[in-house]
Amino acid sequence: MVDVSEETIRRLKKQAVVLRRHIIRMTHNVQSGHPGGSMSACDIVTALYFHSLNVDPKNPDWPERDRFVLSKGHACPVWYAALAERGFFPVDELLTFRKIDSRLQGHPEVGTTPGVENAAGAEGQGLSFSVGLALAARVDHKSWRTYCVMGDGEQDVGQTWEAGMAASKYGLDNLTAFIDRNGIQQEGRTEDIMPLEPLAEKWEAFNWHVLNIDGHDFRQILSAIEEAQRTKGRPTVIIARTVKGKGVSFMENKIKYHGAATTDEELKMALAELESQEAAL
Amino acid sequence: MTAAGPWKMESQRSYFGKALVELGRRNPDVVVVGADTTESIKTIDFGRAFPDRLFQLGIAEPNMISVAAGLAAAGKIAFAATYSVFGSAHTYNVVRQNVAYTNLNVKIFCSHAGLSVGPDGATHQMNEDIGLMRGLPRMTVLVPADGPQTAKCVDAAASVKGPVYCRFSRTNVPTLTSMDDDFRIGRAYTMHDGSDITLIGCGVMVSKCLQAADVLAKEGIRARVINLPTIKPLDVPTIEKAARETGAIVTAEEHTVVHGIGAAVASLVVNNDPVPVAMVGVEDTFGESGEAEELLRKYGLTPEKIVDAARGVIRRRSR
Repeated sequence: MVDVSEETIRRLKKQAVVLRRHIIRMTHNVQSGHPGGSMSACDIVTALYFHSLNVDPKNPDWPERDRFVLSKGHACPVWYAALAERGFFPVDELLTFRKIDSRLQGHPEVGTTPGVENAAGAEGQGLSFSVGLALAARVDHKSWRTYCVMGDGEQDVGQTWEAGMAASKYGLDNLTAFIDRNGIQQEGRTEDIMPLEPLAEKWEAFNWHVLNIDGHDFRQILSAIEEAQRTKGRPTVIIARTVKGKGVSFMENKIKYHGAATTDEELKMALAELESQEAAL
Repeated sequence: MTAAGPWKMESQRSYFGKALVELGRRNPDVVVVGADTTESIKTIDFGRAFPDRLFQLGIAEPNMISVAAGLAAAGKIAFAATYSVFGSAHTYNVVRQNVAYTNLNVKIFCSHAGLSVGPDGATHQMNEDIGLMRGLPRMTVLVPADGPQTAKCVDAAASVKGPVYCRFSRTNVPTLTSMDDDFRIGRAYTMHDGSDITLIGCGVMVSKCLQAADVLAKEGIRARVINLPTIKPLDVPTIEKAARETGAIVTAEEHTVVHGIGAAVASLVVNNDPVPVAMVGVEDTFGESGEAEELLRKYGLTPEKIVDAARGVIRRRSR
């Protein structure tokens, strides 16, 4: 297990609450967007942006930066919230999300939002894009790493597996993928829509180094990232068991909150719950 | 004045492969991705010269395009090359999201465009790619007329920022230009002067336009022939000037007339110079197996068809 202080873990937990609050407010403000999958990926994104990633908010295009690719583009509220909190753009701007003339598009766009590395929305392209990034780093003998966060719904997409084969063909140990395994996609449970299990065995069969973790346990997330960094000759996929809507009890594990914002009444309840979580830390 | 032939028949793929190796020698940032067609499309020569810079990704074109996009996002000039049906239609939403929307230096070079693919039949005869690609914001669309122009497209594509789609033939085509000729993206080239009508062709149809001009000359009709290697962005001044000066246009393309170069030219001239336009190309149909020239004849992609169309628009103009 990774050697991080209690203080670091508490800091990350607090930061994740802040991001979840942004997600709830952003999607409520525009009455659209995808809160559920943003909240399930929130602790992974927090761990990366507030502990592991080597990025420079003042210089988003710094060539030596680590690359973060959000393949599940609908979860961009968590990305925007993390980028704003890291200082890539003002936190005030978050409430322009999905509005006309905003730099925060409904799904990620490259060139408009500082820190956004990939366009996503059509599912299943992000891992391939990440393979390209990782190959470029290898050709140039650079040490920066590529991290890709996929949804579990994206495991339906054929291109995900095309990318999986390519990454293992080239032994891309500078590439780490996360699967936000919340078990729910737009129309229902993943195992009802298109069964994915045994998912770990599938990735093992594709010659990836596979780690199974609790995607809401920061020690496990950070340990997995470190293990991926140490693993040579193969890419690593971290299958992170998560809860859709994590952090707000009435939203947790509800199919509805894949693509539905909170009502005014729910907003108050959600913010109050997050408030008390923060106070307890 | 004789416009047409005889011409040397040469492979656009060979010119493409050689140009890519030369470009790779000059520019270490050039990388190439392939999809189990590297030998056929000649990118394998690049791989032999620069083994670390060719990525063979198998029969997985959507992945190939996204990988090219990732390479480009990290500063590379990424050439993705395969057959046009796979490089355009099969990958369309990947090209749209990861290449065009993201505005990356991905250069998609596809051979086996159009009917002249021949015996492989309709599944491989891509007659819809020009329309697909010119519909994408930010996409530059190139259709070189011959081998030398294909080589020049490689250099030109690498020198412009952003996405490029370039399509050419499987079969050998007449060499109409030379490596010494000017080539710039966005420029149309007048191959034969005339003032009575303009024939605008791309790809293998440029030679058919030149042959048609010869036939028309015998009837006293002086046809201007324009080679249009850049479909997007169009050379607006050259086309508008031709419309004004000759008063009638025939377009010719190895592509469906539904949304190809004829549609592009017509929708341009209708703005300021609404002259009659006739389109020679594949009608709204699929192809079939056969030899290249047999197919071009059967589907009406011939000098005779261009001559008929020219007589037709001249009649319409004088009504």
